[in-house]
Amino acid sequence: MEALLSLIIGVLTACGVYLMLRGRSFPVVLGLTLLSYAVNVFLFAMGRLTIGQPPIIREGISQYTDPLPQALVLTAIVISFGMTAFAIVLALKARAELGNDHVDGRES
Amino acid sequence: MTTHLVIAPILLPLLSGILLLLLRRITVRWQRGLGLLALLAQVSVAVILLQHVLDGPLQVYALGNWQAPFGIVLVADPLAAWMVLITALLGLFALLYACQGADRAGRHFHVLFQLQLFGLQGAFLTGDLFNLFVFFEILLLASYGLLLHGSGPQRTRAGLHFVVINLAGSTLFLFAVGTLYGVFGTLNMADLAVQIRQVTPEQIGLVRLAGLLLFGVFALKAALVPLHLWLPAAYSAATAPVAALFVIMTKVGAYGILRLDTLLYGQGAAADLLDAWLLPLALTTLVLGTLGVMASTALRRQIAWLVVLSVGSLLTAFALGGVNGIAAGLYYLPHTCFAGGAFFLLADSIARRRVDAGDRFAPNGVLVDRRLLGGLFFILALLVAGLPPLSGFVGKFLILRAALDSPAIAWVLAIVLGGGLLTIIALARSGSVLFYRSVPGDNPAEKRSQAARRLSTELLPVGGLVLLCLVLVIGAGPVDAVTRTIAEQLLQPEIYIRAVLGGSGT
Repeated sequence: MEALLSLIIGVLTACGVYLMLRGRSFPVVLGLTLLSYAVNVFLFAMGRLTIGQPPIIREGISQYTDPLPQALVLTAIVISFGMTAFAIVLALKARAELGNDHVDGRES
Repeated sequence: MTTHLVIAPILLPLLSGILLLLLRRITVRWQRGLGLLALLAQVSVAVILLQHVLDGPLQVYALGNWQAPFGIVLVADPLAAWMVLITALLGLFALLYACQGADRAGRHFHVLFQLQLFGLQGAFLTGDLFNLFVFFEILLLASYGLLLHGSGPQRTRAGLHFVVINLAGSTLFLFAVGTLYGVFGTLNMADLAVQIRQVTPEQIGLVRLAGLLLFGVFALKAALVPLHLWLPAAYSAATAPVAALFVIMTKVGAYGILRLDTLLYGQGAAADLLDAWLLPLALTTLVLGTLGVMASTALRRQIAWLVVLSVGSLLTAFALGGVNGIAAGLYYLPHTCFAGGAFFLLADSIARRRVDAGDRFAPNGVLVDRRLLGGLFFILALLVAGLPPLSGFVGKFLILRAALDSPAIAWVLAIVLGGGLLTIIALARSGSVLFYRSVPGDNPAEKRSQAARRLSTELLPVGGLVLLCLVLVIGAGPVDAVTRTIAEQLLQPEIYIRAVLGGSGT
């Protein structure tokens, strides 16, 4: 499972970086989204991968999963969600004001 | 009361921001009054906080009474209190300028302004790495809104670049935080500092990687070469008071680098993390900043490059290290914030009076009120270029003195002094174009009535910031003593660690 997860994070990051270097604003926003997915999975994996264990202390249980990365990921998801929404609105605004969707505002 | 003092600089702007949002239907006059009142309160709180931490021990505030390292703590050490005070003062004068009409160019200016301060003060005071990320996001989100304040294609284009590069930076920040958590299982900065000292050989690669990632993120915020390219376009496109406030944003990056270098990677096997990088990059920033200042064709862009230049000087001081280097940097920091902020405000006043050319270095009709504007321009140019007898000179002198016992002294001397000389030449050139090279045109008297109504009130914030720089010169002795205290404390991270973690820290 570790290999699969790291492969996923790697592919997501690579795609995100590639798309972010594109010249049109829509691929750039998509790239940012993919990057934030990658970092969310990465944060989640940093609490080590455990299956079927509770994150809250209970009687008679000795194996737990780390609850902190889950809280971190939740925060990171909310922030990246808001930021993506903002970036989309800004890209639309740029499209309307500059007349095209190139990130520099001019056709090359 | 003292125990809650630490959180006051964060709560004040947050609550006033929320209040201004709820009261958004009240008249502009009331909004301005409330905003200014909030900032006055922040300045007073910042002064009290600085006094407290200079006289007494560090103030640690455990949020929700969850003790470190399990809960999030706010830590007011002298460095944090110093930064909080500088931010509040700069914010006060920037807002004072905005209240003369710039705040009406778009909606929710006052709300965003307070939230920006909320993010800044939080970033300085927090003692938790993930919390630092959250405060970075808050200040960035507010800055996106402020940068776009007033609209226009120029701002939208600069805004898009600014947002995208900062989102990429945030992602890197999260990767770094995640790696550190994965290795140590803690995010409390004091706890991390303890664990990084005792790092085992098999962990050290990951730990250095995370540290360098963090350095990259802070370098991006500080506009350190080669991550500086976003700054000139963004800062020159922003409204004047916003640009003035943004001057402190690059210093957040510098603050992060200083914390990284002294606290997190202060001692132990990974302590040489930034040695190979910081000084060469800072000096390169100085060189490229100087070239940018020379090559600019408009005043606002030139000032934006001066901000890049000042980041170079500041980080050179921090890279030289030791009590002398850090204290020199901490003296230079408020000077460059106040002078840079005042310069952005003055550039706006000048540009609005040059009806044809704006802030471009091109001939224009005779400038109304050129004496007062020109006089202020002259003083600010002296300040920024670092000529005696003003605070820029004292700052540069302290930096050069710190360089005396460094092996790189030849490089530092040559680049800092050469950069200063070229800055003087560039500013003399722009001043002569702005104020002397006039073309005969329309009669200035008719513009006088509309453009120069309230010049003296308009320039009040600029004068205030210049006055603060003068205070830095006249009080150079006491200020130097304060920055030395801060630097000495930074070089003894045990004090910070013991204050946060209790006796177990050492």
